[in-house]
Amino acid sequence: MKRKMRVLWLSAIACNGNMHSFLNYPYMEQFLNDFEFISHPILDSEYTLEVIVSNDIPCDILLIEGAISEEFQRADVPIVNIIQRYSKIVQKIVTVGTCATFGGIFRESDYKDISGLHFDKESRVDTFKNIFDKTISVSGCPVHPEILVNTLYAIKKSIALELDNYLRPKEYFAYTVHNGCVRNEYFEYKIDNHQFGALEGCMFYEHGCQAPYTHGSCNKILWNEVNSKTRAGLPCMGCTEPSFPKQNLFSTKKNMGIPEYLPTGVGKRTYLTLAGISKAFTIERLEKKLFDD
Amino acid sequence: MIDKKQIKKEQIMQCALELFALKGFYSTTIPDIAASVKMSVGNMYNYFKSKDILAKEIIKYISGYLGKKIREINEQDISTKEKTRRIIEIYFQTASLKPEMIDYFLRIYLSTREVFREGCEGMICVNEFVTEIMIYFEEGVKCGDLREQDFFSAFGLFMGYLGGMVFLKGENILPKDLDEYVDDISHNIYKALSAD
Repeated sequence: MKRKMRVLWLSAIACNGNMHSFLNYPYMEQFLNDFEFISHPILDSEYTLEVIVSNDIPCDILLIEGAISEEFQRADVPIVNIIQRYSKIVQKIVTVGTCATFGGIFRESDYKDISGLHFDKESRVDTFKNIFDKTISVSGCPVHPEILVNTLYAIKKSIALELDNYLRPKEYFAYTVHNGCVRNEYFEYKIDNHQFGALEGCMFYEHGCQAPYTHGSCNKILWNEVNSKTRAGLPCMGCTEPSFPKQNLFSTKKNMGIPEYLPTGVGKRTYLTLAGISKAFTIERLEKKLFDD
Repeated sequence: MIDKKQIKKEQIMQCALELFALKGFYSTTIPDIAASVKMSVGNMYNYFKSKDILAKEIIKYISGYLGKKIREINEQDISTKEKTRRIIEIYFQTASLKPEMIDYFLRIYLSTREVFREGCEGMICVNEFVTEIMIYFEEGVKCGDLREQDFFSAFGLFMGYLGGMVFLKGENILPKDLDEYVDDISHNIYKALSAD
């Protein structure tokens, strides 16, 4: 019988949203034929957390969910000690979700020096620098289950993943969420006119959509294989980024009409020149609903 | 090597601007412009196929000229207040040294819309200039110096004021030279746009 990859799912300061997202992976049976959890907060597993924290249980991959603070404990052991213990045992460490990667929403809590494993928002954290080269980040709030699972399979098959500066696989994070958005036609001609939940209109100009400067594959690898925020009529909230969460997620921050955050890699003068040209024309087809309700 | 054709085009545009200011847009013909650059009418058409095309190129040329100057100001590490003053200075300087440029903008571009309807939709032909004004506003708001507001309410206040002064100067109504108004106008505009 082939050997399964042994995985430890360690929850730090988390809402367990990544775990719930993972449970929506559509091919779980196949996954569990190839991987086994030595410990998992809700799936059946071989060891309890009490056993895990006080022994060196053989393991291949450490998954960390949630933000990290030296004050936080699991089974009466500081989370940082558990991470140090298992990071020596495993081949790879994967930070699952934005809290484990950058601090995320829980970074706003009262825990002392709370951050992601290697990053406090954009800044490097040196506490675990000895395991930096062993780590892969799959950010997201929550993580996309297929991106997590595909990353785990890449580890299993010893595929060297090319990573960005935040250790995220470029395969999934070199793109922006804008890539594949079905509203691109409206973006091109600067037509917002959006009503939440409606099929028409781009949400970048007025409704806070962060897709043009958020790294992720939400519009390439769909959620539940059918949808994404922007397809459903909700703005991208930039949940894979170190800056997540920003404030006022449903309105576009502007300075005298110019969005404060511009599409990734597009200079302000370039953006304004293109926008000026697009704005000069009225595309009647896109100004109204494409079909009646 | 600087493009010789481009240099020639700019010479033609400069001569055309001067003629438009002197004789008016409609009374100036392509042969008049050709004569003033000492060029045959046939050769002139190698540069501009029609007077309407020339008219559009000229407004882009003026926009590019002013846009470049304002960009230099925008890229300096100075306060928004100082930027405001320098933009006003440069606008008035241009109106004094090259009155035909601002004259063209105010009297021909803004009031002869039928010529510019196609090919100069919206602010396409004045894009370089407007972009720099937008950046001046945006950076002013971002650093907290200017109050957040609709772009056009600020743009109208800024450019309407300057355009009005240059127009009055052109009508010989202003008792003093434009540069003598820079202090007061800079103060007024900055006060009106300021976040305080």
